[in-house]
Amino acid sequence: MNKHVMDKAIGETRLDRNTQGIIGKGVDRYEGPLKVSGRATYAYENLAGEDVAYGFVVPAPIGRGAIKSVDTSKAESAPGVLAVISGDKILRASSQPMAPAAQTIDGEVFHYNQPLAIVIAESFEAARHASHLVTADYEPKQGRYDVKARETVRKPDAMPMEPVNERGDFEKAFAEAEVQFDETYTTPSYHAAAMEPHASVAKWDGDRLTVWSSCQLLETNVKQIAAGVGLDVSKVRLHSPYIGGGFGSKLGIGPDAVFASLGAMTVGKPVKIALTRQNVFQQTSRRGETVQRVRFGATKEGKITCFAHETDTTNSPGNGFFEPSGISSVFLYPGKDRRIAHTIVETDALMTSAVRAPGEATGMLATESALDELADRLGIDPIDLRRMNEPKVNPQDDTPFSSRMLLECIEEGAGRFGWGDRPQKPGTRREGEWLIGMGMSSASRKNSLMKSSAEIEMSPDGRATVRTSMTDIGTGTYTILQQIAAEMLGLPLDQVDVELGDTALPASSGSGGSWGANSAGSSVFVAAEAMIAELAKRLDVDAETLTLKDGHAIAGNRQIPFSEILKGEAITVLGQIEPGKTDEETHQASYGAHFAEVAVNVVTGETRVRRLLTVGAAGRILNHKTATSQCYGGQIWGIGYALEEELVIDTRNGLMVNHDLAEYHVPVHADVPKLDVVLLEERDTHASPLAGKGIGELAIAGVGAAINNAIYNATGVRVRDYPVTMDKLLSQLPDDYLTAA
Amino acid sequence: MRPFEYARAGEASEAVSLGGRFIAGGTNLLDLMKLQVETPDKLVDITRLPMRDIEATDDGGLRIGALVTNSDLAADKRVRDDYPVLSRALLAGASGQLRNKATTGGNLLQRTRCGYFYETSQPCNKREPGSGCGAIGGFNRIHAILGTSDKCIATHPSDMAVAMQALEASVETLKADGSTRTIPLIEFHRLPGDTPEIETVLEKGELITAVRLPKSLGGTQIYRKVRDRASYAFALVSVAAIVKMKGGEIEWARLAFGGLAHKPWRDTAVEDVLKGQAPSRALFDRAADALLAEAKGHGENDFKIPLARRTLVSVLAEATQGA
Repeated sequence: MNKHVMDKAIGETRLDRNTQGIIGKGVDRYEGPLKVSGRATYAYENLAGEDVAYGFVVPAPIGRGAIKSVDTSKAESAPGVLAVISGDKILRASSQPMAPAAQTIDGEVFHYNQPLAIVIAESFEAARHASHLVTADYEPKQGRYDVKARETVRKPDAMPMEPVNERGDFEKAFAEAEVQFDETYTTPSYHAAAMEPHASVAKWDGDRLTVWSSCQLLETNVKQIAAGVGLDVSKVRLHSPYIGGGFGSKLGIGPDAVFASLGAMTVGKPVKIALTRQNVFQQTSRRGETVQRVRFGATKEGKITCFAHETDTTNSPGNGFFEPSGISSVFLYPGKDRRIAHTIVETDALMTSAVRAPGEATGMLATESALDELADRLGIDPIDLRRMNEPKVNPQDDTPFSSRMLLECIEEGAGRFGWGDRPQKPGTRREGEWLIGMGMSSASRKNSLMKSSAEIEMSPDGRATVRTSMTDIGTGTYTILQQIAAEMLGLPLDQVDVELGDTALPASSGSGGSWGANSAGSSVFVAAEAMIAELAKRLDVDAETLTLKDGHAIAGNRQIPFSEILKGEAITVLGQIEPGKTDEETHQASYGAHFAEVAVNVVTGETRVRRLLTVGAAGRILNHKTATSQCYGGQIWGIGYALEEELVIDTRNGLMVNHDLAEYHVPVHADVPKLDVVLLEERDTHASPLAGKGIGELAIAGVGAAINNAIYNATGVRVRDYPVTMDKLLSQLPDDYLTAA
Repeated sequence: MRPFEYARAGEASEAVSLGGRFIAGGTNLLDLMKLQVETPDKLVDITRLPMRDIEATDDGGLRIGALVTNSDLAADKRVRDDYPVLSRALLAGASGQLRNKATTGGNLLQRTRCGYFYETSQPCNKREPGSGCGAIGGFNRIHAILGTSDKCIATHPSDMAVAMQALEASVETLKADGSTRTIPLIEFHRLPGDTPEIETVLEKGELITAVRLPKSLGGTQIYRKVRDRASYAFALVSVAAIVKMKGGEIEWARLAFGGLAHKPWRDTAVEDVLKGQAPSRALFDRAADALLAEAKGHGENDFKIPLARRTLVSVLAEATQGA
């Protein structure tokens, strides 16, 4: 096996030479034709035509309490019902990312409409009907449903970051600061709302379990399934080749994976379970509410001297995961004296977990609005304020940045967007009923490289197949792995196949935290180098001297087709990437800037985003089309977080009131203007052998703040409680709202 | 979804004699059945009935068959020319896919979108009389500010019905005993009072066969819908306005409102304020005063009171512009 540990910066590689001309190119998705023609089988579509049973999850309709007894008799005798499963194997919700197992209910109800039992029946309809016949006796308990009430406060786990990062003496420095900025921002709970619901099909042969499920991290997901059903992990195989969106909500298994498995092991035939949209909302995971206090100490000229970002967020009993709103604050903003801290307020609602860009997505709604406010109070352009306060090294521990093109992104964006035309005074530009304003924000997302492996097989005809347990959650993983292998091996794109999403394949990082392309991509890079070494060996030349192009090896004046080198024998190699010293010696992150123009209706307070531009720098871009698409997605999420999305929990009883897509508002097409994305040329040689960095979550970081800042510029009204809905603007909009004829 | 009996009717008389809940587009009823908010024992499929035509009537109006889809009605040239407020209201509702399925009769009979009505484990006097109201004291952002009771503060979600209210439409029906009647739309929907489960004056088994629009009165017609996103969201406030100007004065105005009440709201006292008056901001504010005199917020929806005022004033300004 060829292994590469990222201990030092990478030099020039075959990707830089770009001999095949494929890397970076915006080629179409590898699996695109399968998806648009309905031939890509999503989890629930497996075993079509086979004799299968269907499961339906019964909810427990109270907020908190003990389950005294469950009566399944009526359901069991309903037509078509094969089994009703209740008791100690029922899961509360999804599993946390990388946790050994999901939490079980242990005879209690931990949140409103938590799973209580599963009905398995001959048809979906029979299972759903019988689910209403399961009854239970509860001993209700008083629940805690309001984060702001702070009834139970505790320290989070160090997941996904250290909860407290301090340097110097913030309180002292703040007390002495010339300018003191101190405001509190709140963000509501959000749901990932992936288009494909959490769904699983399980097949049990009496000894081995095969599961098709919609999952992001197969290596840990298969262990979570095994733990859930009480099998050794060697007895379980998990397939997840196509996934209709994850956004963090499928980092851990959904409860359906264990429920379908338990069902199959009980009734003796394969079982399918797709959570209904209502159950996806209430039985998987969500992003926690936050209350964020942001403090900047600064000089009158705008030099930031100290900085604190303190976040209250929430989780349910036994869950240490927290929404790390300060994750970018640690390295993005200067100040010798600083404090980034997080506290969990325990509530009895659905567990909170990772949703796209955990931390940045909520934290930068606060900090990037705060910077805008600070600039406004100091009478400085928000871009000048950022320019004045750009740190040279990581302000938390003085490590150098591997690369940081934040200011370049801001400058590029300002020029393209026409920032100079921004109204100088808020609330002064009006077109008929519409108040017009512009806003901007920075973007950043911490980069991570994870251990990951892949194999490449070159068949005797010279075609290559890449295999890894990696997943493609709609991001373009198939395509970039195909491109990396093709570029490295000098093969036309159509000579490379990619197989993903199967735990029988070499262990991968999985998709999450924007690490997928870098980690899985680097493993393919490393495997390709091993393949090149094998080819060189057979030609008896030094691998470095070998040029590979169009399925031929070129060495000196010789040009030999691969099929000739292989002489009828396939070659299979394995490559593995591991993070190393560059991770500690440099601080790695992707950077960007967002620019928004909005129109706010002066009569009603309705906001329409008119233009949105994101400029990003994330190292080498492997495929401009899929990278740009990811950024479009981030921008649209930003519109949702700024203006619409809010998971409402009734603080009286814990009910998630708007648990469907009719009432949990995500942006519709009519909310989305023409989107612009510009990706700057960059190589981050410390980040990975590919010299690339994560991009999937960069584009949501800060977008909502840019929109909120534009709303302030348009109206002069500052809202610190997201989303910025009309009711929060209305009372402060001018009373002379009628437009002259 | 509870098992149910299914029957398909070949003609209207058969439909009313079969007994059961009528189903046409099913865009609301099926969702509610899946959640067991609605649990009919029997569905009578009326989609084969010959009620898909829009016909001119002798008095110069239109007779719209109960099964005319929202898409077809919005696109009809006569509707677009003579009743533009209706076309605009229809196109402001739902999504293209839903409008292709949803019918004229079914649209009038939509149930509320109150989250507590949809959640069967919560109290709801509309779903389960006597169980209480989850929305009072709960999350009631989308709820009513006019005509509520201590039993129910739900709103009627239709856009189409608001425009039809301003157009003084009437509803033709066929009763189980074979008799027919015509109900003015203003009398068709009920306020919640003590019986929020009874939403219309229809009798058991009574089938909507058509909606009649009187001869077009012209005037400037506006439908303005205010909502939380640009499409596919229910109205927080909507205003259907038909205003006729004469010699710089408002000859008459017809106004109906969505998102404010348990029914498409019309209050002729508001129209009386405007009649015969020269348009001015002060006049529009007096009209809004008349509309909102009895308005009552329930916390989350308090903003609807100023929102309704501003929207009405703005619509009136637009409707009387250039007069």
